[in-house]
Amino acid sequence: MDERRGTEATPMKNRTEVERKSERELVVTRTVNGPARLVFEAWTKADLFRRWWVPKSYGLTLLSCDMDVRVGGRYRLVFSHQGSTMDFFGTYREVTPHSRLVWTNEEADGGETVTTVTFDENAGKTLLVVHDLYPSKEALDAAIASGSTGGMPETLDQLEDLLVSLTSNSATK
Amino acid sequence: MVQYNQTHFDVSFGALADATRRGVLEQLGRADASITALAEKFHMTLTGMKKHVSVLEQAGLVTTEKVGRVRTCKLGLRRLEEEAAWIERYRQLWDARFEELDKVVEELKLKEKADGRKKRN
Repeated sequence: MDERRGTEATPMKNRTEVERKSERELVVTRTVNGPARLVFEAWTKADLFRRWWVPKSYGLTLLSCDMDVRVGGRYRLVFSHQGSTMDFFGTYREVTPHSRLVWTNEEADGGETVTTVTFDENAGKTLLVVHDLYPSKEALDAAIASGSTGGMPETLDQLEDLLVSLTSNSATK
Repeated sequence: MVQYNQTHFDVSFGALADATRRGVLEQLGRADASITALAEKFHMTLTGMKKHVSVLEQAGLVTTEKVGRVRTCKLGLRRLEEEAAWIERYRQLWDARFEELDKVVEELKLKEKADGRKKRN
């Protein structure tokens, strides 16, 4: 509807920020140059989601991606890395089109981690806030201590090996 | 692997529960040292000190490196550094994801524009 184009955003990389907000919370923020309805679509349609969730540079294969995006609906992602597979699964708790998604991560034994994603549109751009609430301080500490970065600590050791090898140059010596 | 994590913490606490080992950590905080030097400093046998260092090593608090016949000990990553390093790796993962997401959203925008034009014509 709005025909004002303004200056078409020059391709500029937006900054990704990560903060451990409390003993149990981890927050990722990033602005995406697009309206919330399109960003939301990319998070909720499996064929779109699978194109970006596993960055190409990480050398992982997403074998399957099933997402039943509605309250109570389940999802399951199966990854393959060097011959072994890893499953990630959980349940959607809230699905509010274009503004909010909440799901559980149930693959870890230590309890559920709850992920809340909010989509906040402003002037054609969308501020994404990905908030992970771990079941306990110990669970988040353990995720950090084990080195896994998947938000799903126990099942990601192999992924971690890969990440470490990819990022060891830039990580703290 | 949950057990691994649990064990990891037990090992850390166990390692810090001993006064000599806390002393060794303090010492290594000042400078790297060989096991022989540490044994002398803490008036211990080499075997005794080796055991302490091995406990610290298993807890990830100390790393050792053998150069020639001398095994040198130094502080391993501290918890806070470990956390900062992890957060940076986690940030890089998300950054890479978002770069791909940008492409998907760009594509959706173009598609929407094209569809809009079709409708108007």
